[in-house]
Amino acid sequence: MDLTVGPNFFFWPAETVRAFVADLSGTPVARVVLGELVCSKRLPFWQDEIPRAIETLQAAGKEVAVTSLALITLKRERKLTADLADLGVPVEVNDLSALAHVPRGRPFWVGPLVNVYNEGTLAWLARRGATRVCLPPELPLASIAVLAQAGRDLGIAVEVWGHGRLPLAISGRCYHARLHDRAKDSCQFVCGEDPDGRDVETLDGQPFLAVNGVQTLSQSTASAVHQVQALREAGVSALRLSPQSQGFASICRGWGAHLAGSLAADEFAATLTANTPGGRLSDGFIAGPAGAAWSGAKARPA
Amino acid sequence: MELVCPAGTPAALRAAVEAGAHAVYCGFADETNARNFPGLNFTPEEMAEAVRFAHARSAKVLIAINTFPRAGAGPIWHRALANAENSGADAVILADIGLLAHAADRHPNLRRHLSVQAAAANPDAINLYAQAFGVRRVVLPRVLTVEEIAAINREVEVETEVFVFGGLCVMAEGRCSLSSYATGQSPNMNGVCSPASHVAYAEEGRELAARLGGFTIHRTPTGAPAPYPTLCKGCFTSGAQTGHIFEDPVSLDATHLIPRLAKAGVSALKIEGRQRSRAYVAQVVRAFRAAVEAQAAGRPLPEGALARLTEGQAATAGAYAKTWR
Repeated sequence: MDLTVGPNFFFWPAETVRAFVADLSGTPVARVVLGELVCSKRLPFWQDEIPRAIETLQAAGKEVAVTSLALITLKRERKLTADLADLGVPVEVNDLSALAHVPRGRPFWVGPLVNVYNEGTLAWLARRGATRVCLPPELPLASIAVLAQAGRDLGIAVEVWGHGRLPLAISGRCYHARLHDRAKDSCQFVCGEDPDGRDVETLDGQPFLAVNGVQTLSQSTASAVHQVQALREAGVSALRLSPQSQGFASICRGWGAHLAGSLAADEFAATLTANTPGGRLSDGFIAGPAGAAWSGAKARPA
Repeated sequence: MELVCPAGTPAALRAAVEAGAHAVYCGFADETNARNFPGLNFTPEEMAEAVRFAHARSAKVLIAINTFPRAGAGPIWHRALANAENSGADAVILADIGLLAHAADRHPNLRRHLSVQAAAANPDAINLYAQAFGVRRVVLPRVLTVEEIAAINREVEVETEVFVFGGLCVMAEGRCSLSSYATGQSPNMNGVCSPASHVAYAEEGRELAARLGGFTIHRTPTGAPAPYPTLCKGCFTSGAQTGHIFEDPVSLDATHLIPRLAKAGVSALKIEGRQRSRAYVAQVVRAFRAAVEAQAAGRPLPEGALARLTEGQAATAGAYAKTWR
């Protein structure tokens, strides 16, 4: 089992992206997905970093792919999607329409925002040229095991969510703009003020969700730290680590040590809890009974 | 334009057909459809009888098999497809790629519609589903403006269907796991959102707290009407702000947009509400049938009848108006 860094969900300045990529070069991750997932309006501010990042990461021996947007509606966005293939690395499809722009016969990856719930879907994607699929985070362990086995038979590497705030929903509406009494078209890029998303609590002060532009995330950071053995036994080939603004390279190194057996789960979980935005972990999608639950905190919702 | 109406029960189906529905959509009583609520939906025998009833009155029946089959449990969904074909239904409404491939392969003569749960939001996606699986109609996700719908229709061959009335998802449907994050049950996997089994109400002081999976969704003063705690319509706090962060507790009403949707090339108008009573269904269908007839004849819409339907409820045109975003 190895490690894939997923695309950064948040709107960070170009220089922050550059430093983040430079830091990743020295971590034990096998591959990195670059590109803008959440909002095409952000791209002009940092898109020049993408070719540079590809070069940096490839020079460091990492496999690289570039993601599509999660929700493609505008003509401009369709053109951006068509142009992804020109970057010379596999496209990670996170809106199925991106597949229409992948040249036939070119291998591609499938991200967690495409609904791969069963072997029939996996088989169809394999026939179209998919070589790597990160499963939707809401899948329970029983489904993961069936799909990992099917993936082995089909020649598809199956990845599972390993670390990060969960991408729970995508919308046409920008919630960041709404919180500032603005519409999406006049957002003034307020999502850039919250480098890990903006926390949403219940009226009783329970940490619950985080908004990130048109995306809704979990407030907790999902972590598979207590599930590594089960996922290995299920035949999962990689864990996906989703970027956060602080200390991410250390988290990648921690994961490398944990997979290598030199960092125990409890110890690593304590470090992660102290170093994730909001300071709460969850693993309920894999371990049950609900996504927000944390198996490390017996019967207390994370 | 074709009027596509909801039916959660055989009685609601008969009511919808008698009220003038051109087509009725419904599902089997199991996890294969996205309104898998207790007491709703059809056995295979009831479905066959419903199709006979509708066809005798020149109405169509569309069967929603629009959840995402559970890994290892494909035969449950495959049986639903076979039962749909055997019932004589006019089309099935599907969302899952694997199930679409199976249907195209094993039931080539069964007309395939793409469910809103597939979230095909642009011409590239729609044409991909049409080419790969022979999809003939696409139910558009509720993230598009009327102008965007018109642009899509200029670039696709297949028919488009849009929601005009009823419950409103603010997230792209089929791409939301908020419900399973709080409860473990999701639309995609279980055909339910914010399920009643996970709702708890508690009187606290002079307020009624409504919780879903232990998370407080809203608080209302004791005695005031308390909306159902649907997660994305809840009242939350972010920083210094408290309110309906995602959406107010409103429903969709795009009746005044019917002429523009017709001009945008939309083939069918869909009414949400398979969980609604047959009296509600009959009333809404009758009003919409009159509106669609008026539209086709170039007459003004009969405002009064439609206005009564939303009386006392907050309504929105949702994503059809660009400012909603």
